Amino acid sequence: MAAANVEKYKSDGTVVGGLLEWVDARFPLMSLWNDHLAKYYAPKNFNFWYFFGSLALMVLVIQIVTGIFLVMHYKPDASLNASGVPVAFASVEYIMRDVHWGWLIRYFHSTGASAFFIVVYLHMFRGMLYGSYRKPRELVWIFGVIIYLCLMGEAFVGYLLPWGQMSYWGAQVILNLFSAIPLIGNELAIWIRGDYVIGDATLNRMFSFHVIAIPLILVGLVAAHIMALHEVGSNNPDGVEIKKHKGPDGIPLDGIPFHPYYTVKDIVGVVVFLMFFSVIVFFMPEGGGYFLEFNNFFPADPLVTPPHIAPVWYFTPFYSILRANTVNFFWIDAKLWGVIFMGLGVMVFFFLPWLDRSPAKSIRYRGPLYKGALAIFVVAFFILGYLGMLAPTPGRTLVSQICTIIYFAFFLLMPIYTSLDKCKAVPERVTG
Amino acid sequence: MSCDDQVDCGRRRLLVATSVAGGVAGVAVAIPFVSTFAPSERAKAAGAPVEADISRLAPGEMMTVEWRGKPVWIIRRTKEMLDGLRKIDDKVSDPNSDRQMQPEYAKNDHRSIKPEYMVAIGICTHLGCSPSEKFKTGAESGIDADWQGGFLCPCHGSTFDLAGRVFKNKPAPDNLEVPPHYYLSDAKILIGEDKKGA
Repeated sequence: MAAANVEKYKSDGTVVGGLLEWVDARFPLMSLWNDHLAKYYAPKNFNFWYFFGSLALMVLVIQIVTGIFLVMHYKPDASLNASGVPVAFASVEYIMRDVHWGWLIRYFHSTGASAFFIVVYLHMFRGMLYGSYRKPRELVWIFGVIIYLCLMGEAFVGYLLPWGQMSYWGAQVILNLFSAIPLIGNELAIWIRGDYVIGDATLNRMFSFHVIAIPLILVGLVAAHIMALHEVGSNNPDGVEIKKHKGPDGIPLDGIPFHPYYTVKDIVGVVVFLMFFSVIVFFMPEGGGYFLEFNNFFPADPLVTPPHIAPVWYFTPFYSILRANTVNFFWIDAKLWGVIFMGLGVMVFFFLPWLDRSPAKSIRYRGPLYKGALAIFVVAFFILGYLGMLAPTPGRTLVSQICTIIYFAFFLLMPIYTSLDKCKAVPERVTG
Repeated sequence: MSCDDQVDCGRRRLLVATSVAGGVAGVAVAIPFVSTFAPSERAKAAGAPVEADISRLAPGEMMTVEWRGKPVWIIRRTKEMLDGLRKIDDKVSDPNSDRQMQPEYAKNDHRSIKPEYMVAIGICTHLGCSPSEKFKTGAESGIDADWQGGFLCPCHGSTFDLAGRVFKNKPAPDNLEVPPHYYLSDAKILIGEDKKGA
């Protein structure tokens, strides 16, 4: 064991210093502070893309705090009240109309969900730009992908809670995915719903997942993500390891302490983010129907399917992949292929650290093959996302099939094109 | 497991036995938790059969009743509608209803007990949306010029004919399910139960 904590922090003689020494002999307060903030050395060349990690953490806090207050007024109950409206739906309307400032807290939470995905998608794209998933940061990346999976689950079950038409029918479509699994599918779907159809039992268990189970797991994963990151150190826009060049004091020459340098820098990011966030919350909380779909302002009706069902925007690329499978292939139904490919579409991110064979990590020093592939991938991802919001037509289905192929080709062909690519020489030190 | 001076085999055996017993207990404790997810007795009781009165259903029209929270359609088909079914046998993926999506007594070329009345669960076999009726035929339907009347699922574009048969190359894998049902009288159908002794 390393030096006992009691040896690490010595009082400077002041009252505060004495108190800290007393605490530190009993709890690693100063060690934690130093390891993760004051003496965590991050590369000095972080750019715009490095705001999104701390922003994601902040949005998580917003979601937890607003969520705690929403639960004080929300009722997960699918039965009809005296006016014939489901109690859950009515309780959300009650928050919006009668609870003091309830509309603000609810809109913070609903806008926060979309903001979370915007921030997380940009954070993931940063990882792809600069090769942040590459050795030795594979586990940082894998924890991150699991966080993304949990977020998708959290957002999906959260969307069910207002018990509107889109909540109900969106859940109907997604929970029915399980029935595509051969042999056990139908029983599994009934087991998940807790009834033959989506109903009160489903709503209550999704509420439990949304407020307890998934947030607990999420917070634990975020801690693991940051601990893994701070173990190996941050990557940077040049994709070089700053730990290779250390000064005589053992501190990386290109590193600066996270606090105060990046804490202060990240506050600028937080302020700018909150400006955009506030504009949406106050002036367009429904996000033009993208953040809160208009059909969700009608109470759930199990007998009437809305003419057009689309998930919220952050799921639409994967929803497009699901719908792109229309051909029965081998002995497997198109429906099951859709589910398989949608699942693979997310799971394939786990393998990114091993698919990428490029000698350079950062896009700055990669060759044209990777740059081109990444650009085409991003375009395909956006097209899939756009088509996922629209009703299917034969033409759109064909386009989504092409984009699905591009999506998977980006990953599956990566070992080939990254090893053929002509990379530039990677510098020894960061370039500023 | 090798035994030497470092490992006390008696203690190691006890350790393994304790872990196995603890693991078994852990699995046993998980069973009640997993079981709470299954439909409760109350939910099962709510799945009882329902009666539908078809005396006022006009030819060429349909009605919807709720059974187990799902829409069940009863369609009174005209002769033209029934003739239309024969014209599209080659366009639907399971024309003879070979897959088990109906009780034995509805496994025929009109997928119903009486040719005139079609009973089906109005839930798309793809992902559970409720298809909308498209009874207008031909180009007027907005689907295609040969359309003989049927249903279009708004979610993923699957189409079904008036016997609930799914068209080829659509996301839905199966024909619409025909629920167990029988005629209590000429004007009443009981949905959710097979005829006793049948």
